[in-house]
Amino acid sequence: MAKFSRKGKKELQAISTASLPDIVFMLLFFFMVSTTMREVTLMVRTNLPFATEVTKLEKKSLVSYIYVGPPMLQYQVKLGTEPRIQLNDSFKTLGDIRDFISSERDAMKEDQRPLLTTSLKIDQNTRMGIVTDIKQELRKASALKMIYAARRKE
Amino acid sequence: MARRVPEVNASSTADIAFLLLIFFLVTTTMNVDTGLARMLPPMPEKNQKQADVEVKKRNIFPVLINMNDKLLVRGEPMDAMFLREKAKEFIVNPNNDPNLSEQDEKDIPLIGKYRVSKGVISLQNDRGTSYNMYMEVQNELVAAYDELRNNLSRSLFGKPFDKLTQDEQDAVSKAIPVRISEAEPKNVGGK
Repeated sequence: MAKFSRKGKKELQAISTASLPDIVFMLLFFFMVSTTMREVTLMVRTNLPFATEVTKLEKKSLVSYIYVGPPMLQYQVKLGTEPRIQLNDSFKTLGDIRDFISSERDAMKEDQRPLLTTSLKIDQNTRMGIVTDIKQELRKASALKMIYAARRKE
Repeated sequence: MARRVPEVNASSTADIAFLLLIFFLVTTTMNVDTGLARMLPPMPEKNQKQADVEVKKRNIFPVLINMNDKLLVRGEPMDAMFLREKAKEFIVNPNNDPNLSEQDEKDIPLIGKYRVSKGVISLQNDRGTSYNMYMEVQNELVAAYDELRNNLSRSLFGKPFDKLTQDEQDAVSKAIPVRISEAEPKNVGGK
């Protein structure tokens, strides 16, 4: 029974983990390339509406965001549930939009300024009143290129 | 003869890479921003007189949304489902119906003679309209134009609109210009 006696003696070889770092680095690079940094912490809930005819936003550096929606739970004690405007990292009012747009413009390169696009991320249960006011402010700030953020519906 | 340098233990590079990976997973987002792109009309200049642009009644396609999210299209209540077809019919006006938009024959490079519609879709909403409804209507109107453009590009160039070259896209855009005007909103519902 020579065949069987050999089995116990030979030890199982350990799997080489030398390529593990390479695999993980590959994953890492994939995520670094395909994702973007989170820039603001959302303080309002923006449950975006659905649309079928959506277009992709191409250059992220040319886009400034305006968030509108009811404040998150932790702010509701102070602010209630009426939709609020969030610019960058704080709650703002309508009057601040023009300053916001001009500061966004200043931060851009001169030749790219006309390409500034404003993305309105608005909760779907918001009433149009506040949206209209924002649009008027954008017109006054002559930031005419805009996009209504929406999720793709198939 | 050079002394043999002991090899550096590389077994922890995996851990380091994992740490980095997890850091990036947490701090970044992957969501692609999508949405309906629109152009706002510029503010009228202060000393500029409001020049009333004469638009014939038949060339206007009024869409009204009230505070209860109900639609009124050309004076008739309508469901948002049918808006797209109605808008397309209004823009194209295949049978030269005197109630639908006028057509203007124009010479467009790459296409030749094409009957360009003079129709304008006028969208008006109340301050109490919900954003959801507004987006639904906007979407239907944009879809109407997109479908018309796609049809035209398919029949002329055999490709959908977004696969065309820049020149072809310009030509099709000229043949079917997107004309959605938004009137100042009314405040009936309060709020």
